Amino acid sequence: MDLKFHDVEPTPAERTAVDDAVGAPDSTWEGAEERSADDLRIARGGHAARAQRHLLLPALAAVQSEIGWISPGALDYICRRLQVPPADAYGVATFYALLSVEERPGCVAHVCDDIACRDSGGTAILEAFADRDDVVPSPCLGQCDRAPAAFIQRAGSPDLTLAPTAVSEITAALEGAVPEAELPNPTPQSDRSGMRVLERVGVVDPSSLEAFQASGGFSALEKSVEMGAAAVIAEVKASNLRGRGGAAFPTGVKWEGAAREDGPRYLICNADESEPGTFKDRVLMEGDPFGLIESMVIAGLAIGAEHGYIYVRGEYPVATSRLRSAIDQCEAAGWLGNDVNGTGRRFSVEIRRGQGAYICGEETALFNSIEGYRGEPRQKPPFPTQSGLFGKPTVVNNVETLLNIPGIVLGGGEAFAEIGTKDSTGTRLFCLSGSVAVPGVYEVPFGTTLRALLDMAGGAISDIKAILLGGAAGSFVGPDALDLALTFEDTRSAGVSLGSGVVMVFNETTSFVGTTRRIAEFFRDESCGQCVPCRVGTVRQEELLARHLNGADLDRSLLDDIAAVMADASICGLGHTAATAVRSAVDLGLLEAT
Amino acid sequence: MSDVTITVDGRSVAVSDDATILDACRDLGQDQPTLCYLENLTPVNACRVCVVEVEGSRTLVPSCSRSAEEGMVVKTDSPRVRLSRKMVLEFLASSVDLSQSTEEVHSWLDQYEVDVARYGPQVTGAAPRDGRHAGHHAIPTGLTAETVDQPVKVDNELYIRDYAKCILCYKCVEACGEDAQNTFAIAVAGRGFDARISTEFDVALPGSACVYCGNCIGVCPTGALQFRSEYELRQEGLWEEDEQTVTRTVCSYCGVGCNLELHVQDNRIVKVTSPMDHSVTNGHLCIKGRFGYDYVQELGDDLASTPIDIVLKRARSG
Repeated sequence: MDLKFHDVEPTPAERTAVDDAVGAPDSTWEGAEERSADDLRIARGGHAARAQRHLLLPALAAVQSEIGWISPGALDYICRRLQVPPADAYGVATFYALLSVEERPGCVAHVCDDIACRDSGGTAILEAFADRDDVVPSPCLGQCDRAPAAFIQRAGSPDLTLAPTAVSEITAALEGAVPEAELPNPTPQSDRSGMRVLERVGVVDPSSLEAFQASGGFSALEKSVEMGAAAVIAEVKASNLRGRGGAAFPTGVKWEGAAREDGPRYLICNADESEPGTFKDRVLMEGDPFGLIESMVIAGLAIGAEHGYIYVRGEYPVATSRLRSAIDQCEAAGWLGNDVNGTGRRFSVEIRRGQGAYICGEETALFNSIEGYRGEPRQKPPFPTQSGLFGKPTVVNNVETLLNIPGIVLGGGEAFAEIGTKDSTGTRLFCLSGSVAVPGVYEVPFGTTLRALLDMAGGAISDIKAILLGGAAGSFVGPDALDLALTFEDTRSAGVSLGSGVVMVFNETTSFVGTTRRIAEFFRDESCGQCVPCRVGTVRQEELLARHLNGADLDRSLLDDIAAVMADASICGLGHTAATAVRSAVDLGLLEAT
Repeated sequence: MSDVTITVDGRSVAVSDDATILDACRDLGQDQPTLCYLENLTPVNACRVCVVEVEGSRTLVPSCSRSAEEGMVVKTDSPRVRLSRKMVLEFLASSVDLSQSTEEVHSWLDQYEVDVARYGPQVTGAAPRDGRHAGHHAIPTGLTAETVDQPVKVDNELYIRDYAKCILCYKCVEACGEDAQNTFAIAVAGRGFDARISTEFDVALPGSACVYCGNCIGVCPTGALQFRSEYELRQEGLWEEDEQTVTRTVCSYCGVGCNLELHVQDNRIVKVTSPMDHSVTNGHLCIKGRFGYDYVQELGDDLASTPIDIVLKRARSG
């Protein structure tokens, strides 16, 4: 490969930011300033340099974070360092909403106006800042239990999450003020007796390895090592644990499939929680980061992986820093590394931060994102357990899924399977938000009814008009669905989905017109653009709604046609579900009533 | 190589085990519409116009890349397939200028009864789209259908980029990159409907890595990438494809033996292509074979009398 670079140099600060992210360059071939005698005789930058492509996104993110935007000089330097074609790197940089290739203010506030925040003040905040270019609307920030939320990118300083927030606080943050850390109760659930996944959240200090171990931490890992990999997989299969990210695939089957393939194998914890209305994984990572690491080590040793990634969404700075601290402590204590707790087994965990792309929560898009490519989903088959990250067998599990593992190891798969129903075993986290008395994450056994769940959260505030189940990729149900048992099988036969556990309640004050439009907007913004059905279909869906809301009759047959092609012919789940919520709103008559 | 047998629309066909569903369909003489697929490129599965129904599969599958598997039962003309193909073509026809696409594309628009009117009047005369930021877009009014209309990029003497005609099939990116030229001058940038083919920071081609092999033009199905000569002649209303002859010859520059197809109008070479089924190049060329033909047609001052000559000369002078 003979790459063409530009004659633009990075600033010293840009150079430092890149070098801190990917290491110092070995030679002028890879961008060093001082040419050595060897450089004149030995050409470098072949396969070894190109094998670093997976550092492209971390390098771009480092420049964005330190400088506030990615200049031509910075991009060019990154490309020389990693031997990536500049056009390719530009294509990657422009894929992510949190990266900017145009100079912009050093501090930028992303104010959530998504479905939970919009009616809780998010829209009003944006209106107050309408004339400013450093305040932009944002898709769901995963703070729906403390709406409205804002996420502040600050050049040279760590990112901030503000929730609940207000105009004055955002103004101050943009001027450099850092609010005093205030952490609302991560889970308001008063009855903790049935808690398995949330057991430590809000109770055990998430910053202390000692506190984690004092609460029984790593006992499951020790037991799993005694059991051996095959026995662990057998227990997970016996538990009938199914994925909590939305697709509900049996976890044990996935593990077994990957373990059967030749290595190297990878484990990925999908923490790119971006489904509007979802915040459970954030609560878990903030509240029990060591628990997630223990779960990952168990999973990694079971499938025979030596390296794991946590792909955490970029808008979760608190979760990221807590995980980072937990990883450091676990490495120092020997729970991670070349000899996990004296077993002679190797397992390490690396954090990768997303940069603002919902699609990267799709597992194959996530692979491309880690590998340094645009986060575009891949065609399946082949499936990740055969050919995943770097083309190797890969297990991708959601945060909540993984945190079920220690309990299964300690208590056995059969005992786990006795919780919930036959086909939906264990407990489930639900993200309650909107018009409920006490929003937050609640853990209940599968089979709990929607009504009982809402009662735990203090009930709805005034009469329920509709409930969004499963997020923007899910669907609205009416108050007649309150007796629906929350299981995979019951929701499927009702034609809805539990998705990522979103239960967002709307009452008669909700503007369903605005909410439904926002969902259509969301998919139009978050489509990766690769396949025609989703790239254009999400635009046409939004336009069709706009036309209807401007007074035209709803063109139902066109809406159905758009939905059909997106569901049938899109590459990935984003397109498949991009019309579900909109159509359910129409079916329930929510758009006419308002 | 062992064979697998699949059924396509009720007819059984045996194909080698590395064949795709599309290969099997073609063996049966049932070609499927394709836009992003080309024999000399890696399938990207992006356009979805070749989708077929496979028994047991929840969604439709792209026939161009999905391997034929023993016992597969495929339908290429079911109501689901027809609807998805119609919608894909409708989405493209309502958002992209397909006026200079291949004849095949136009025949599919008819075959699948594409009706763009139901999306409303299309936006034209739009501004450049290169500065659009991922995750943000202007909220539609519903009065018009958004398109990718934008100004033509004319920044060199050899070819132009008219991305108002781009269906984002990724073919040019593949031809520029790993599938042919390994130059990597262009990539897909942006996201969603604002995704676009771009150089880094949208620099003009002379400042980019482009080596003007023109292989991107060779694979473009919609006329988004065009010889400058063709573009200028079309602008002047002088492009007459029906009157052109195509002469196959061997490139005279080096010893590789690339075959050229010279498109000649009014005794002037107006465009050069290369046959895709040729074993030497598989349709790809270098800058010399693609653009270096001026020496065979003197466009000197004295002879610059025909309208075509004037336009060709102007194109080459930048």
